Amino acid sequence: MIEFISATKCIECNQCVTVCPTNVFERVDDGIPVIARQSDCQTCFMCELYCPVDAIYVAPSPDGLTGVTEEELTNQGLLGGYREKVGWGKGRTSVASHDFHYKLSARSIF
Amino acid sequence: MSEVAQVGSLNLTTDVLVIGGGPAGTWAALTAAAKGVNVVLADKGYCGSSGATAPSGTGVWYVKPDEKLREEAKASRFLMGGQLAEHRWMDRVLDRTYENMNKLGVFGYPFPVDEQGNPHRRGLQGPEYMKLMRRLIKKAGVRILDHSPALELLADEHGVAGAAGVHKQSGKTWTVQAGSVVIATGGCAFLSKALGCNVLTGDGYLFAAEAGASLSGMEFSNAYAICPTFSSVTKTAFYSYASFYHEDGSIVEGASSKKGRSVLARHLLEGRQMFAKLDGAAEDLRPLLRVAQTNFFLPFDRLGIDPFTQAFPVTLRFEGTVRGTGGIHITNESCGTAVPGLYAAGDAATRELICGGFTGGGSHNAAWAMSSGSFAGEGAAAYTQSLGQYAARRSPVGCSSSTLIRQEMRPGAAAKTEEYISAVQDEVKPYQLNLFRTEQGLTSSLNRLDGLWKEQRNREIQRSPEGVKAREAEAMTATARWMYHSALARTETRGMHKREDYQVTDNSQHHRLISGGLDKIWVKTEAVNKERVLL
Ligand SMILES: Cc1cc2nc3c(=O)[nH]c(=O)nc-3n(C[C@H](O)[C@H](O)[C@H](O)COP(=O)(O)OP(=O)(O)OC[C@H]3O[C@@H](n4cnc5c(N)ncnc54)[C@H](O)[C@@H]3O)c2cc1C
Ligand code: SF4
Ligand code: SF4
Repeated sequence: MIEFISATKCIECNQCVTVCPTNVFERVDDGIPVIARQSDCQTCFMCELYCPVDAIYVAPSPDGLTGVTEEELTNQGLLGGYREKVGWGKGRTSVASHDFHYKLSARSIF
Repeated sequence: MSEVAQVGSLNLTTDVLVIGGGPAGTWAALTAAAKGVNVVLADKGYCGSSGATAPSGTGVWYVKPDEKLREEAKASRFLMGGQLAEHRWMDRVLDRTYENMNKLGVFGYPFPVDEQGNPHRRGLQGPEYMKLMRRLIKKAGVRILDHSPALELLADEHGVAGAAGVHKQSGKTWTVQAGSVVIATGGCAFLSKALGCNVLTGDGYLFAAEAGASLSGMEFSNAYAICPTFSSVTKTAFYSYASFYHEDGSIVEGASSKKGRSVLARHLLEGRQMFAKLDGAAEDLRPLLRVAQTNFFLPFDRLGIDPFTQAFPVTLRFEGTVRGTGGIHITNESCGTAVPGLYAAGDAATRELICGGFTGGGSHNAAWAMSSGSFAGEGAAAYTQSLGQYAARRSPVGCSSSTLIRQEMRPGAAAKTEEYISAVQDEVKPYQLNLFRTEQGLTSSLNRLDGLWKEQRNREIQRSPEGVKAREAEAMTATARWMYHSALARTETRGMHKREDYQVTDNSQHHRLISGGLDKIWVKTEAVNKERVLL
């Protein structure tokens, strides 16, 4: 479930408000969006992907909050880790074009 | 019928309206626009991030047009699906999927390239794919309404002629009058929080039924995905490499991803936690798996678990019809329905035509979404063109079975909606009711579900974000009733439909089950392979 928006990182671009499929966020005039409908979060990680500055953290469990802090996550290198792995964002190469896809398909059992 | 249309805050008139902007809806919009008609696409969430494909990634049934390869591909699931697929449809879908995937390459999807320089086109990464689809339909001139769930279809005596809904972020209502409508609202996962599925509440089934269309194969609606207890990521393919364990570390006999999910379910029912470890994946394969499905590993990485070497607790998360095969009954090659002007595509439509009563680890679903979307888009465009001048002279009314109002709902309505939702979930999620089906279980469930339907149907529902939830609750209730009435009628085990009281397949029931109705549900049989009208 969505845990937080980092007030220090957020640049108020409202991308998360735009892309969240279940409309969890609420736009705020001249401010960072608020998590207005947290229980509607479906834990799909799309807001994390579309946030240009890695200001959002979605915890894996769809039920309940963990209370994890930004500092802990930064120390563990977890903030923005998904975008990096997917190769999402300016200057990155999309994981879609990785040659492991066809290498795996030559060997997979599913 | 509710009030006369054309009183929304936003009123549009178009040739084709597509409801739902996942793969099926975007392909429908793209192909309709290519026929030179105007298209509006309305999505409940954001077209590009919403639906089952967007956050995930899909293997695709992409098979080169080589006779032997195609025959093998068609045979691979035929028996598992209870022999309910139709060869002609499989051929059409294989052809169209091949064509569409090649087009995606031309449009700029970054397929990997092998050592010989050939693109590898057997899978799509969801975020990348859907971002591209959004860009393509915008370029084609499609008008997109994001965060704009439909609440009902509009129709007149000649057929469907648009839809009305609400914009969730502003609360404003919208009305789109259209010559034809494509329903591409996905399946119904009953708000179980399976990856990307909470926007999929069976709305399209309800809309179609309210307009007079029927459903097919609703007994094939009990998909459960293996999933860590601490995660929403219901990607199951990699569990082919898993062993399953008891708490004490002993192996669970007979449990497996492909054929032994029932074993897991029976243990879970006894209150025993199950564990999995992907220890069947060779060391040098692991980096490949990590790249192939980045999101599969996301929850593990965040919790510091190595799924290849450490056992982790798993459960079976309900996915309903999303990875089932039932849906709106298709009556012609353009993915039309029994109602003129109404088309259905993707998970919203029945997928029995290509996979019978079982879909398993994907590929077919993605292929169906892009092919049926294309068939429906072309069909809808041609239908609107055939209306000519007449299209502009219609004054359709809303089809909602409950009265839709503009005023506030009664106090406590939101809490009531929550109650209805959890009451429906209590009927469809439990393994003992839905996975291991019995006449007794289904009948008692249906008694409760019928009561729930009656109560909701008499409510007035506001054209507001709150009302959207109320309509979702209604759609889920109706879906559960078509599912269980069909499951009751199929007194055998076939495909994913398992009856505890009829454990074998009965050759005399090699037919489809068509269902429909709202206050009173009916189920009838239809022959498989019946020649269909060619458009
Ligand atoms: C975790 C997971 C993994 C999968 N992996 C595979 C795979 O490997 N291979 C495969 O073939 N298939 C796979 N599938 C299935 C595949 O994702 C679906 O078959 C496919 O997404 C169906 O496309 P669709 O466009 O019909 O529906 P969706 O992609 O679900 O889109 C439906 C859209 O309709 C919108 N909508 C819903 N209600 C309304 C309304 N009332 N008004 C307006 N809009 C509405 C939703 O917001 C959504 O955007 C997987 C599914 C899941 C959940
Ligand atoms: S994880 Fe998905 S549902 Fe939750 S807030 Fe982010 S985008 Fe919205
Ligand atoms: S997307 Fe990121 S930067 Fe933009 S408003 Fe949301 S949290 Fe802030």
